[in-house]
Amino acid sequence: MASETWPQNKVLKGIAASPGIIIAPAHVLADRSRVQVFYRYLGSRQQVAGEQERFREAIIRTQQELSRSKEAIPEDFREHAYIVDTHMLILQDRLLLDETLRLIQEEKINAEWALKQAVKKAQELFDQIADPYIRSRVQDIEDVSERIMRHLTGTSPSSFTNFKEPVIIVARNLSPVDTTQMSLKRVQGFITEMGGKTSHIAIMAQSLRIPAVVGLENAVREIDTGYTLVLDGLTGKVIINPDAETMSLYLARKKQFENFKAEINRSSFMPAVTLDDYPTRILANIEFQDELDLVLDYGADGIGLYRTEFLYLRQHYLPTEEELFEDYKTVAHIMKPKPVTIRTLDIGGDKFASYSQYVQEMNPALGLRAIRFSLKEQQIFRSQLRAILRASAFGTVRIMFPLISGVQEVLAARQMLEEIKAELQQEGLNFDSQIPVGVMIEVPAAVMLADLLAQEADFFSIGTNDLIQYALAIDRGNKYVAEMYQPLHPAVLRMIKQVVDAAHAAGIPVAMCGEMAGDPIYTPILLGLGVDELSMNVPSIPVVKRIVRIATLAEAKEFAHQALQLGSIDAVTSYVTNFMARRFPEVFMFGRELVNSNY
Amino acid sequence: MMSNMTDLDGNNADYQAKLLVCNRLGLHARAAARIAALAQEHQAKIILEKNGLQADAKSILEILSLGCGPGTVVQVRVQGPEASEALQALQELFRLRFGES
Repeated sequence: MASETWPQNKVLKGIAASPGIIIAPAHVLADRSRVQVFYRYLGSRQQVAGEQERFREAIIRTQQELSRSKEAIPEDFREHAYIVDTHMLILQDRLLLDETLRLIQEEKINAEWALKQAVKKAQELFDQIADPYIRSRVQDIEDVSERIMRHLTGTSPSSFTNFKEPVIIVARNLSPVDTTQMSLKRVQGFITEMGGKTSHIAIMAQSLRIPAVVGLENAVREIDTGYTLVLDGLTGKVIINPDAETMSLYLARKKQFENFKAEINRSSFMPAVTLDDYPTRILANIEFQDELDLVLDYGADGIGLYRTEFLYLRQHYLPTEEELFEDYKTVAHIMKPKPVTIRTLDIGGDKFASYSQYVQEMNPALGLRAIRFSLKEQQIFRSQLRAILRASAFGTVRIMFPLISGVQEVLAARQMLEEIKAELQQEGLNFDSQIPVGVMIEVPAAVMLADLLAQEADFFSIGTNDLIQYALAIDRGNKYVAEMYQPLHPAVLRMIKQVVDAAHAAGIPVAMCGEMAGDPIYTPILLGLGVDELSMNVPSIPVVKRIVRIATLAEAKEFAHQALQLGSIDAVTSYVTNFMARRFPEVFMFGRELVNSNY
Repeated sequence: MMSNMTDLDGNNADYQAKLLVCNRLGLHARAAARIAALAQEHQAKIILEKNGLQADAKSILEILSLGCGPGTVVQVRVQGPEASEALQALQELFRLRFGES
């Protein structure tokens, strides 16, 4: 029971790391953060040798401890065993092991101090890394050195109790190895002071479907074991000892979230039809065959984008027609009778390790890539077209050309396709002679020419990532302008409208396969603009399908019509946000979090 | 492309190749661990290079410290006994995206 001195209804804000809401008592793990380390000078050679020996023994004991940890990992956590392997490698790494031994020898310092210096050097090295995910792996070095320190200093590791009641674990930092040792049945949530969205604990919590908030400063100081906590893994909020009102608010929110999750999972297998019976199609973007299981699990209506670059990114040789054929055939066969839309090669010469003569491009986004590359390197293109055509005999295959900027490119590509059809016929090989040919709309020029391109295509597929980048002249990778990358820019909405109108006037359907298609916030507006098919990364499918199934085409059309009248990004954004919050509150509250986690 | 500066007995050959990091997360902990484990199985010296930074492939921390995000092209140099086998194994590991799904 809450005593007078307990904090009441105190809200802390961290980083939402794994979605879900949980209300349970806290269990704070003793701060095992830093073993105290002191400097000691070694006066004699024997002392140096002894110190090195002591360090080696600590390494061996740490290694044994890690081996035991690995064996003790419960079934639920098996897939995370690699973390222990990683730690074993770090333990033996020359930057830690050899460097510490060297420092003991040369600086004549004790093992703890030497290890601390070696770790510091490694930390400095990691500080230089630009990639945030890789940079954050410095955590692993710290975990390992902490473990060695404990063996050096004889500090006993705090062991995890087997909790009798459901608890939310609160800790300064949770080493993944430690986490694998917990009895998960009672662990309802994780809160840590350290870590970000890409930390081990975030990834593990997501795969275990346990809500988590990380990067919550002062969590250990603010929270005591036994406090009641509300953990909202959707917003990153933690509420300490909530009052009755807050409690009932969150109980309701929790229930709402769980119903929503159950609902979207149920509707995932139902057809994407609006309440007023307008059928649309929700497809998946994939890159690898091994994603097909998930595609089928999530009830996709087909593959709207099969990226084919991977097989070309190998080093020593280009893929043979046979290899490509086998790959496409497998995908077509597994998805049959659902369509598989194969996008022809969409990379620039710069990505070919074996094509180094193209490496020097000042501006690859505007360079020799996609269809331009294919039309220039016709041998490469022909073998891909042959493979796609041959695979079309084994399922429902569609082909689409990326980065089209004018009619000529479509005609040239189609002509090659026709030549190859004739070749295959002569060779007596089967293929779908009516294979649908699509044009990707990714360049503003293609939008302007949509009416003409529609005459030469069986369907359009709008690639929003490139289209928005080219139309708004924004490089999303450039942090100074990244915020100006706005799918709701009035110019983008008008372009989509123009493409849809041109396509429908010519009697062909329009698909969309960029990220915009998979963000549930945009589903109603795209539906209302008349996009016929949305293709997205697999985790988006259930949420987007859910929206389609509880929307009507009539309201979506009206909504899109109103949005098109607005002249600024801010106006459109607030209009869309208000509409979504009012009309699809659950999707608005939970949809994005579900889509963005590894659910 | 692979270049091969074999000496006469073919033993201490120096092989080079460019490898593309084509998994989703780049050379992060798991991928780097795979590379280091593989390198440790081979006697040959394997050096990874990116933007003038070098890493001994036997050291997971050095590999991580290169900071290879997805799409990075890494230059690899292999020297010593059975260098060609080591390089082939490494190329295969990159090709299979370090065994990630």
